[in-house]
Amino acid sequence: MALVQIRDVYKSFHRDTQRIDVFTGLSLDIAEGSFTALMGPSGSGKSTLLNLIAGLDRPTSGTIEVAGSQVQSMTAGQLAAWRARHIGFVFQQLNLLPVLTAYQNVELPLLLTRLAKSQREERVRVALGVVGLDDRIHHYPRQLSGGQEQRVAIARAIVADPTLILLDEPTGQLDAKSSQEVLALLRRLNGEFGKTIVIVTHDAHAAEQAKTVLHLEKGVLIERAAVGA
Amino acid sequence: MRYLPLVLANLGRHKRRTFLTATSVALALFLFASLRTVVTTIAAGAQFGSARRLVVTNATGIVFPLPLAYAGRLRALPGVQAVSWANWFGGRYGDGKRFFATFAVDPASYLDMYPEIRLPPEQREAFLRERTSAIVGKRLLDVFGWRLGQDVTVQGTIFGGDWTFTIRGVYTPSDRVINDDMLIFRHDYFDERLQRGGIVGWYILQIANPDDAAGIAKLVDDQFKNSSAATKTGTEQAFNASFATMWGNVSLLMNTIGMAVVFAILLVTANAMMMSARERTGEVAVLKTIGFSDRRLFGLVMLEAGVITLVGAVLGLGGAKLLYRATNFSGAGFLPGFDVSGATLALGGVIALLLMLASGLVPAVRAARLPVVQALRHVE
Repeated sequence: MALVQIRDVYKSFHRDTQRIDVFTGLSLDIAEGSFTALMGPSGSGKSTLLNLIAGLDRPTSGTIEVAGSQVQSMTAGQLAAWRARHIGFVFQQLNLLPVLTAYQNVELPLLLTRLAKSQREERVRVALGVVGLDDRIHHYPRQLSGGQEQRVAIARAIVADPTLILLDEPTGQLDAKSSQEVLALLRRLNGEFGKTIVIVTHDAHAAEQAKTVLHLEKGVLIERAAVGA
Repeated sequence: MRYLPLVLANLGRHKRRTFLTATSVALALFLFASLRTVVTTIAAGAQFGSARRLVVTNATGIVFPLPLAYAGRLRALPGVQAVSWANWFGGRYGDGKRFFATFAVDPASYLDMYPEIRLPPEQREAFLRERTSAIVGKRLLDVFGWRLGQDVTVQGTIFGGDWTFTIRGVYTPSDRVINDDMLIFRHDYFDERLQRGGIVGWYILQIANPDDAAGIAKLVDDQFKNSSAATKTGTEQAFNASFATMWGNVSLLMNTIGMAVVFAILLVTANAMMMSARERTGEVAVLKTIGFSDRRLFGLVMLEAGVITLVGAVLGLGGAKLLYRATNFSGAGFLPGFDVSGATLALGGVIALLLMLASGLVPAVRAARLPVVQALRHVE
């Protein structure tokens, strides 16, 4: 069954007086438990699609259903609560709040829940353990390497046990070794923990880690390739 | 409470800026409390006065004297129980930098009429016995390090020359409004030394019934209407209030300066808060992506403004209250009873609240309304 159902989505921006159509009737299903990579040149709409799925942006028309919820029809307040429960998001860079430790950064999504301090602490430690950073709990982002920062961001994305994990160029700023570590972690999250993952990337090697690769060009899905786990 | 570490961490991001902003707020509220207390102290002084005491001055002005010979005629008027008199002296001690009030009074009648000036009985007796003696307020004694029995020489500024007095008493006022750094000496010594033929600055009448005050005042003024020195008589409160009216424009000035300072600090604080919020646009995007709602982000920014103004208010208002109380400040004797009142603290609290709203509102609304995608551009 599809966890994400995108139907006939149109999305356009206005830059000064010029209208830019990003999607013109895009439809797409993303299955539960899948690991999908979105590829394509700059400006093809990859990040916009990710933002639409996360409810960070709204389609001009069409429907986006994620985990049974019609994302496009929710209010801002409903969307915030929905994101806190269903979405884990990782950016390319500047994911972490520099004034907070790794522990405090990972704890942020849990502050929005009713969990007690001790329960939050347990979850944060587990999440940091999963990403292999349980020995960096009290380090600030400036004291971590780029790869470690991304792993903390992934720990934050999974700590509230979301339905869907979205990553926008998570290895874009990393060296090969750190990149490998992050990709291995994503494979593990998908394979071992059954997390549904959608990753936007330019990196063919990163895309190879996914089970499905989607190619977008000028807002049109031009290729669907099953890579196989 | 669970968001407090986040708020404190954000405030600690630029420690110097946060410190300076909180200090600005503290300074503004300290100045506000100080200036307003000047105004309230002047007003309290104007309201001080017994309803049973009338003050008789020269109708031409308080700087013009009255004959001492009026005392007997005043005492004879119906409704007048007692008569006393005093004269402003205007002396200085040492280098003259520390101003204090100096009066020549008729000792027995003056102390009888002013029970607010508390003096041990043996010191009172000594003051009544010795012509060159003086009594001083406790504060003045402490300021100059004087001691009981010491001879002190005061230079006369209005009535020239060196005047040496022996301190025979130290009084403590029963009311904070009464100045406790005065030097009071005997009018008979003053009169004898000047050889001006018996003049006084003003008379004080004690009357039996406060309801008769207006009638007695008219009686006094009618009595001396055609004399060489016509009189102007009123209640002690009105007399004190006439001094306060001299401060009238000063009060307006104090209030205006106070408000101008608060407004200037408001702009500084608002600017600091907006700078802080603007720098964190990307972080706002991250928080929104995590699931922080617009309302929650609004609250967090307001909480930051609240912490800054709360710290500033506690330091500024609390500091003013404690400082003036600990130092027993009286504005060199011009502002006896100077104490930051509860009403001033409450008003300062309201100003702090308004400061928080005014400085936090714009960045808080901005953070709440910021579209995530637009904010994300700062991240990407």
